[in-house]
Amino acid sequence: MAKKTRTKPSSEGRLLEIRNLKIEAKVYPPGETPRLVTIVDGVSLTLERGKVLGLIGESGAGKSTIGLSSMAYGRGGVQITGGEVILNGRDILKAGKEGVRKLRGNEVCYVAQSAAAAFNPAHRLMDQVVEASVLHGTATRAEAEKRAKHLFRKLSLPNPDTIGERYPHQVSGGQLQRVMTAMALCSEPDLIVFDEPTTALDVTTQIDVLAAIKDAIRDTGVAALYITHDLAVVAQVSDEIMVLRHGKLVEWGGTRQIIKEPRQEYTNALVSVHHIEHEEHKPTANPLLSVKNVTAAYGGGAVKVLKNVSVDIHPGQTLAVVGESGSGKSTLARAITGLLPPEQGSITFAGRTLSNALKDRKRDDLRELQMIYQMADVAMNPRQTVGTIIGRPLEFYFGIKGAERDRRVAELLDKIEMGKGFVDRYPAELSGGQKQRVCIARSLAAKPKLIICDEVTSALDPLVANGILKLLLGLQKEEDVAYLFITHDLATVKSIADSIAVMYRGEVVRYGSKSKVLAPPFDAYTDLLLSSVPEMEIGWLEKAIKGRRMEAGGN
Amino acid sequence: MLNLKLIPPGALIGLFLCAVFLFVAVFARWVAPYGLGEIVGGVWEPASSKYLLGTDNLGRDLLSRMIYGAQTTITIAALATALSFTLGSILGFAAAVIGGWFDTIMSRFVDLLMAIPTLIFGLVVLSVLPSTILTLILVMGLLDSTRVFRLSRAVAVDINVMDYVEAAKLRGEGTGWIIFREILPNALSPLVSELGLRFIYAVLFLSALSFLGLGVQPPAADWGGMVKENKEGIVFGIPAALIPAGAIAALAISVNLVADWILNRTTSLKGGRG
Repeated sequence: MAKKTRTKPSSEGRLLEIRNLKIEAKVYPPGETPRLVTIVDGVSLTLERGKVLGLIGESGAGKSTIGLSSMAYGRGGVQITGGEVILNGRDILKAGKEGVRKLRGNEVCYVAQSAAAAFNPAHRLMDQVVEASVLHGTATRAEAEKRAKHLFRKLSLPNPDTIGERYPHQVSGGQLQRVMTAMALCSEPDLIVFDEPTTALDVTTQIDVLAAIKDAIRDTGVAALYITHDLAVVAQVSDEIMVLRHGKLVEWGGTRQIIKEPRQEYTNALVSVHHIEHEEHKPTANPLLSVKNVTAAYGGGAVKVLKNVSVDIHPGQTLAVVGESGSGKSTLARAITGLLPPEQGSITFAGRTLSNALKDRKRDDLRELQMIYQMADVAMNPRQTVGTIIGRPLEFYFGIKGAERDRRVAELLDKIEMGKGFVDRYPAELSGGQKQRVCIARSLAAKPKLIICDEVTSALDPLVANGILKLLLGLQKEEDVAYLFITHDLATVKSIADSIAVMYRGEVVRYGSKSKVLAPPFDAYTDLLLSSVPEMEIGWLEKAIKGRRMEAGGN
Repeated sequence: MLNLKLIPPGALIGLFLCAVFLFVAVFARWVAPYGLGEIVGGVWEPASSKYLLGTDNLGRDLLSRMIYGAQTTITIAALATALSFTLGSILGFAAAVIGGWFDTIMSRFVDLLMAIPTLIFGLVVLSVLPSTILTLILVMGLLDSTRVFRLSRAVAVDINVMDYVEAAKLRGEGTGWIIFREILPNALSPLVSELGLRFIYAVLFLSALSFLGLGVQPPAADWGGMVKENKEGIVFGIPAALIPAGAIAALAISVNLVADWILNRTTSLKGGRG
């Protein structure tokens, strides 16, 4: 392998030191003079060679911005306005364009959250993986390819010798994320910035990628900044954890100290976020919704996505449907709502048989069966105010207009724990959690008997998601509404479900009351799902990998 | 309320010019110093205090004819654009929302119309039909609506698959609500920018038709026809033909300056109130 051209000051153990970093961005509020907003305020950190520092916090905490500052990069108009970033003994903020160009992809590499979006779809994987090493002249093309294949093997990718000839769309999401890690490791950098590398993946795939990343870090001795909002994930890979909030440091300490003995209140809230006590209800004699032997397919029967699915939902109770992406859970929701008319089987709702297609359904059927979406910001018309969004079902189903409508909207806003000031706001003026609350209010306005919740918390930060779950549980008690809760997060399931259906490749593989489904003996897939949920415990990853009985379906 | 200080200078210039054009067009009868067909002097007299822009090929006052021309040109172009947008966008949205056979039939029919060059199609139709202002507006509006149809259908197809449209469908909303309340407000930005452009195309199309002798018929004045009447003068160094051409350019630029500004305001997702 070629000798690296740069000199490594190996005597010192310190690789990266950030002092009093201040990052600002210019915002242009319409109708006002542009002003600077501080995104990161006075954050300092040090990273030793070969160590992993986890950066954790909710969205907007500035974790990605800090991570990118280690390669002197500010994303989307962001400016580094103060402080020093010392890498390998020199301040890279003063390195100038040429210096930064030498640094990126050579001394520091970056692994993006969505590898699927970060790879260029028009080039083969190998060309992209070796590009940085070849451009920086640290290796010839042949050497770099040899190194890349070695890395593919180390990251346990299938067909390591030929996978580089494929295009990004020809490999799965989990594999792509590992190829991206190989790309970062290929130029043998001193530091890799991992920006939420597993957040977009299923739990069952996440565990593989996590293990691969951890092994690669250990074997190559590279240092890493690991950015995530999932404390359980970061606990597996990092030596130290830094908790951030609103661009400021909250707490910084060893992994064990942070998860076992958090000193700050906010860290404590993050650590103990998932515990909601929920008493399981017994199934009743008359289910509210009964799905019987439903089979559904896309493309006129070409791709079967639901195979002979039967589940029941009881009044005022919650059925959680769990599974990895592609298991058909969202399709089940589409079949129930009539968006995708099932090919076979029947759906009974409140004693009536629902017609298959949406357009044949009666208005009362539509009213009593509401849906809440995963992405709240696209589920609301961006050009309607909160008042219109919540008020429309009242007008449409009950013909309530004028002052009476406004009163009911205010009532509903009160129910979702938002004040009166929100009536005239547009969705763009709400935070992620508030948007989801407005969506909940919109479905409640119809006085439904059943609400389908499609991954309603997975796009939210843990603390916000927790608030939404508590709200949903409270509303269930008040309004006696049933939920069909689609999720891939088993912690959520434990907190709110009365019964659970586990789906795998279009079939229900395990179905029953919560206590029964979550009690051994498990079938192979449920076992995989359960054991893949990261636990806030050091050494969990190794234990989980050893104890697995089957490979994830995504691979 | 609109704060004048917040309007960017480009938009102010555009607004001012548009206002001038509109004022002149509406009050042509009172603004124009001479009558439309009145022969007031010699052929192609140079600009003087009596005839501010000189006279044309028949000795009529060019300024007066420009002013009456503005009235005809802007009226026909505006009505044709209004027709093309109403027809094109509603049919385009409907094709996207209803889909299926309706979409196929409409889209293929539009493809068929677009396969024939607009100018040739316009010439053929207008040479058969009587050349009145109404037929001009109808022909221009219908031909232009094919372009608007394509654009609005393309925009609406993307919006139609958004979750909030799906939510409206799940609620049981009718096609009318989905088109006008869910899709239209979100499709306005590209449509407004297209509107400015389409209006100018309509002006140019009308001018081309008049230049070729099938548009506005003499003695009525319109800018394209005036270029035609005075084009021989260019050889002798007389600028009479360039003045209507310049007016067309000025109108095009000012309308687009305004359209750009409106576009900036409508793209704001916070109701433009900041």
